[in-house]
Amino acid sequence: MLKIGVLALQGAVREHIQALESCGVQATAVKRVEELAELDGLVMPGGESTAMRRLIDKYGFLEPLKEFAKQKPVFGTCAGLILMAKRIQGQDSAHLELIDMTVERNAFGRQVDSFEAELMIHGVGEDYTGVFIRAPFIVEVGPEVEILSKHNDRIVAAKQGHFLCAAFHPELTDDYRLHQYFVKMVQTSKEVVA
Amino acid sequence: MLKTGTERVKRGMAEMQKGGVIMDVVNAEQARIAEAAGAVAVMALERVPSDIRAAGGVARMADPTITEEVLNAVSIPVMAKARIGHIVEARVLEAMGVDYIDESEVLTPADEVFHLLKSDYTVPFVCGARDLGEAARRIGEGASMLRTKGEPGTGNIVEAVRHMRMIQGQIRKVVAMSEDELMTEAKNLGAPFEVLLQIKKAGKLPVVNFAAGGVATPADAALMMQLGADGVFVGSGVFKSENPEKFARAIVEATTHYQDYKLIAELSKGLGSAMKGIDISTLNPADRMQERGW
Repeated sequence: MLKIGVLALQGAVREHIQALESCGVQATAVKRVEELAELDGLVMPGGESTAMRRLIDKYGFLEPLKEFAKQKPVFGTCAGLILMAKRIQGQDSAHLELIDMTVERNAFGRQVDSFEAELMIHGVGEDYTGVFIRAPFIVEVGPEVEILSKHNDRIVAAKQGHFLCAAFHPELTDDYRLHQYFVKMVQTSKEVVA
Repeated sequence: MLKTGTERVKRGMAEMQKGGVIMDVVNAEQARIAEAAGAVAVMALERVPSDIRAAGGVARMADPTITEEVLNAVSIPVMAKARIGHIVEARVLEAMGVDYIDESEVLTPADEVFHLLKSDYTVPFVCGARDLGEAARRIGEGASMLRTKGEPGTGNIVEAVRHMRMIQGQIRKVVAMSEDELMTEAKNLGAPFEVLLQIKKAGKLPVVNFAAGGVATPADAALMMQLGADGVFVGSGVFKSENPEKFARAIVEATTHYQDYKLIAELSKGLGSAMKGIDISTLNPADRMQERGW
């Protein structure tokens, strides 16, 4: 059985674990670096990216996460997407720098501007409810990056190799199609390695 | 179609705060210290609860200058307090773009009978609760997040523990009950039946429940997490301590790793003295903030 971890330093961990389990994989909360070793893939959940980054540094997660990502699939939602971006608008440095894209934080405004919208996601399907909470969006992407979804001309989901990211929260709905899509990526990556 | 202010968007915002610490701040500088220490949000106030207690008189919504200063200083969410039942304070905070409103017993209530109809607002609300009846009434009015009331500004965790244990115990009871017993339980608790039914079916509250009121040390924060809190509010604790930066970081780490006792021992070393604290039994009944709310 595939084993997928959810980085559990802070944020919506339980919901991702439920969604992954519904997709028929073993899901586990990851609080320590050692726990990465046994995983086939990793989800970085929504939460506060500044708070998560501080804990990533504090517990020496930065290099192990980069190392993990060289081999195995990673899926970031909202704050997780910010952690994966190579460039963050208005900031001199980024975090894990996995996906060749520039993101803008809190790009749709403050909480009163948070919203739900129907999305079309390439390879996943239509009528997908995206829940955007103080969400970022992707300003621009490099040539290697595949754009999976846009909302009002803004990029809100993308894929590069074995990396997947979404500006919205797939874990807050009962629609697990995007998690299923990631599980398939993990499956494929495991088969290639084997 | 784009929909703002939906239940999912409002409750979801609180879900993103889980496992984190929300800190009371009174100016931009404190807000920046809190953000750098890893707080998931800050609560902008004119005075922290222990100072409100000391000052006496009527405590109101903070001067909008302070709230605005904090909103501009940090990129994490900013919360602010409105008086219980004060429709206009709440609307003013919403218009200012505050991310979450605390309809709070720490301020002097504006209405001694009714709370705000929180489902009417685009901005989400957090409310305090001491038991499941109170929690369910606030959810019924549209609160998107709950917290224990504790006894704010005392640096004494005993009341927050009482409230968290009470709510968790009552949830377990509701979950174990048969459905035909639920209406009478709703009557006894003073809770809306529909909310109890939801809790019974889900096995948990439909919204996030944080600990608040009296958290004064990293061990206090870890204790509340262990009792089932989704996260922690620290009011007077941080900036009334000797070394706020160090203290703030320690509380954040103890909340993340609340079962790592060796780490909590390390974190608790050399923090200097925590706030002095008040024994609840020495409080005049009229000074007990937790009694406010209906």
